[in-house]
Amino acid sequence: MTDVTMTVNGKTVSGTVEGRTLLVQFLRDSLGLTGTHVGCETSQCGACTIHMDGRSVKSCSMLAVQADGAAITTIEGLSDGGDLHPVQAAFKEHHGLQCGFCTPGMIMAATDMIRRHPEGLDEKTVREELEGNICRCTGYHNIVKAIMAASEAMNSAANKAA
Amino acid sequence: MYDVTYHRAGSVSEALNLLEAAEEGKFIAGGQTLIPAMKTRLAAPSDLVDLRHVAELKSISVADGKVTIGAGVTHAEVAASSEISDVCPALSHLASLIGDPQVRHMGTIGGSLANNDPAADYPAAMLALAATIITSKREIAAEDFFTGLFETALDDNELITAIRFEAPEKAGYGKFPNPASRYAMTGVFIARKSETVRAAVTGAGDDGVFLCSELESALSTDFSANALDGLSVPAENLMTDIHASADYRASLIVAMAKRALAMANG
Ligand SMILES: Cc1cc2nc3c(=O)[nH]c(=O)nc-3n(C[C@H](O)[C@H](O)[C@H](O)COP(=O)(O)OP(=O)(O)OC[C@H]3O[C@@H](n4cnc5c(N)ncnc54)[C@H](O)[C@@H]3O)c2cc1C
Ligand code: FES
Ligand code: FES
Repeated sequence: MTDVTMTVNGKTVSGTVEGRTLLVQFLRDSLGLTGTHVGCETSQCGACTIHMDGRSVKSCSMLAVQADGAAITTIEGLSDGGDLHPVQAAFKEHHGLQCGFCTPGMIMAATDMIRRHPEGLDEKTVREELEGNICRCTGYHNIVKAIMAASEAMNSAANKAA
Repeated sequence: MYDVTYHRAGSVSEALNLLEAAEEGKFIAGGQTLIPAMKTRLAAPSDLVDLRHVAELKSISVADGKVTIGAGVTHAEVAASSEISDVCPALSHLASLIGDPQVRHMGTIGGSLANNDPAADYPAAMLALAATIITSKREIAAEDFFTGLFETALDDNELITAIRFEAPEKAGYGKFPNPASRYAMTGVFIARKSETVRAAVTGAGDDGVFLCSELESALSTDFSANALDGLSVPAENLMTDIHASADYRASLIVAMAKRALAMANG
């Protein structure tokens, strides 16, 4: 067993894990952050996507000990108090979900995607960038719409602020 | 997954010492191949030595036309590097096609080369660019490095520290991704330097990545897609699996070579 300490959604957390404990198990089982989902556990579906040090990664494809010392953001850490994050709001507005199973991973992938494309996003880019996230319900159409709308909303908010 | 003891290295020498001391240790870089392999118990190391925090493996440098990329540089970093895309945009393009964004944020060039998956992208680039694989012990020419399916010239306790190549005059990469896995069902990397054309094929050979002499000789006199019209590559020694037959892969080689040329000449 090994002790790990990391920052999760802005708070420092510690725990004791086995070497083989996956990061997603630590988040869900030890910290109770069950918003991060496990769809396949084989690196394919992206339901487990979180941010580590600001970048999207699949938390089923790394060990908790690999994240020792890192800053982690999960879907629970995205909204600002009671207000939805703009990407969450856009998924709600544009019906970007049906059963909702893939949604936390989609939203974490989307926020990372928008950050990396300050120039804005077109449909082709969004679809390519969603390569690592699978949805069995929506046919992706409204997910893509939601992400493009969120990107626009966030960029125009950033321009106003500047 | 069997339990495993984790170590974090801060330097190359520490990583080598930690591996030496382990019973059956393995390096872990991005873990994007190794963690899935451990889940299915295809790999069952007693110890993992994490290279992700070794700063000396993370640099990119371009000087006098020589490109050096540290083994720990991620696919996302290669894809986003303006230093690399200024001198070899084909390599940045190749990196941007690997897997998906989450995989590219973790996976490294060193891990990809050490793994030598027969459908991986980087091996084709290394072979066509006549790159040198630099390890903790020696320098190995790409041609001597890839020795078969998932096999390389690396010894057990040998660490890739970097790769180096001379920027080509022209280069391009054409990839037909497997629609499910995104690995190359056939990928062709073509590079030209001082009148020499090298064309490497991944995803198609039944013994892993290889240089394709038919493409190279057709392109050595005429470096254009026209030179490939009517060319056929023999299906002997190509792979047949549930995704594609050897014959189909043979025609994909020519089709992907044409795409690679469009990029190289574009
Ligand atoms: C969903 C998915 C899609 C993918 N799609 C593609 C694709 O389209 N094309 C493609 O090419 N790859 C693809 N990959 C593989 C990906 O590129 C991996 O990142 C890469 O193969 C391994 O790199 P890594 O850093 O993750 O290595 P790890 O998984 O950490 O290690 C792999 C092996 O290399 C060894 N190793 C690591 N670093 C070193 C070093 N510096 N010196 C010596 N040995 C070392 C390890 O001991 C281990 O045996 C995909 C993976 C996934 C999960
Ligand atoms: S649960 Fe991690 S990719 Fe599917
Ligand atoms: S909404 Fe059901 S899997 Fe995406």
